[in-house]
Amino acid sequence: MSKVVANAMEACRDVKDGMTLVVGGFGLCGIPENSILALRELGPKNLTIASNNAGVDDWGLGLLLQSRQIKKMISSYVGENALFEKLFMSGELEVELAPQGTLAERIRAGGAGIPAFFTPTGVGTKVAEGKEVREFNGRQYVMEKGIMGDFAFVKAWKGDKFGNLIYRKTARNFNPMCATAGKITVAEVEELVEVGELDPDQVHTPGVFVQRIFQGTNYQKRIEQRTVRK
Amino acid sequence: MPLNREQIAMRIAQEVESGFVVNLGIGIPSLVANYVPASKNVMFQSENGLLGVGPFPSESEVDPDLINAGKQTVTALPGASYFSSADSFAMIRGGHVNLTILGAMEVDETGSIANWMIPGKMVKGMGGAMDLVAGARKVIVAMQHTDKDGGSKLRTRCTLPLTGINCINKVVSDYGVFDVTPEGFVLLEYAPDLTAEKVLAATEGKCKVAPNCKPMNLG
Repeated sequence: MSKVVANAMEACRDVKDGMTLVVGGFGLCGIPENSILALRELGPKNLTIASNNAGVDDWGLGLLLQSRQIKKMISSYVGENALFEKLFMSGELEVELAPQGTLAERIRAGGAGIPAFFTPTGVGTKVAEGKEVREFNGRQYVMEKGIMGDFAFVKAWKGDKFGNLIYRKTARNFNPMCATAGKITVAEVEELVEVGELDPDQVHTPGVFVQRIFQGTNYQKRIEQRTVRK
Repeated sequence: MPLNREQIAMRIAQEVESGFVVNLGIGIPSLVANYVPASKNVMFQSENGLLGVGPFPSESEVDPDLINAGKQTVTALPGASYFSSADSFAMIRGGHVNLTILGAMEVDETGSIANWMIPGKMVKGMGGAMDLVAGARKVIVAMQHTDKDGGSKLRTRCTLPLTGINCINKVVSDYGVFDVTPEGFVLLEYAPDLTAEKVLAATEGKCKVAPNCKPMNLG
């Protein structure tokens, strides 16, 4: 059965109300732009989304905040988004803050069949409240749980029709872990090639993790902090 | 006069050893890179997934796929590598990063740090700070010594929600350089225009003066 779908609308067609989504990207870098726009168009509601950030007011996952499709975010940093603040303060949006490395590992673990793990990060802080803390070799560690999504959405630079993916530069970020953590993983790529055209040595995400793939269009690749040398 | 931001960064740069892998936080820490000589062959790590961070790009080099953890456009130096955020935090949590330099709202004599949340204000999130203080081999804090009312930010106990406990090794404030030891702060150097007595008077947490305590040399 072919994994190739025509576009983001087809790839996202069966995302249902109340589902959990795992979404790649760091800030606006390496986000699945086409899938987010399709989710906005298709309108599933009460979504729980695990993603490092929540976009900005008018781009990235911020678009799904605007349309009130998100019930809960699991993120490490949400400081770029004024609407997020408003929805959070008014109680319309639930937020679970997780340290960035813990979030990355929770998604990695979820995709790797590891239900929970112990990390030194957050011991003695609010993050550890209500969680099991255990000592190993004289140091305290807190138990964190893996995250799996009903769907995962990732963005890669190149992909082939089997779903093998290659990311570009720091647009890799959370995408490789997210790709492993979806019951259905949707990959959008800038360039979709035939099987055999990617060098196996260069593949970052083996195609087994990807269920649907399409070539995206009109990538904006917005820059949050354009900083240049004088 | 206490130090300005650039001078704090200058002083911290002296703590960066040859061959170190270093992660810099936003604010004053990000200025430290400007004062580390190339001859030290230091590699800067950015926790979104880049080891070997280079200078900001020229206009023609700007690449939206190449940013640092502050979401600024950057370049990559020869010898750089890109990796996933999971690998990035394997480096950090696994103790493979020699040094992290980050800002703080408060630190205390037990080596705890608070830098991510003020109750009642909007919570932006901790990002990678909790992993960095838990995992880097050495943690240096760059901060202002006092708040705007003159209250000490080097406290007996932090009052703000913690980022990590018993984890910081050194503090460089606009007033001085401190080791953080099991016995509390130890003043090693004070700002050129201050005295050890003035620094102690502005410090709430338990603080001893090192026997060889001296004025800071920013040269």
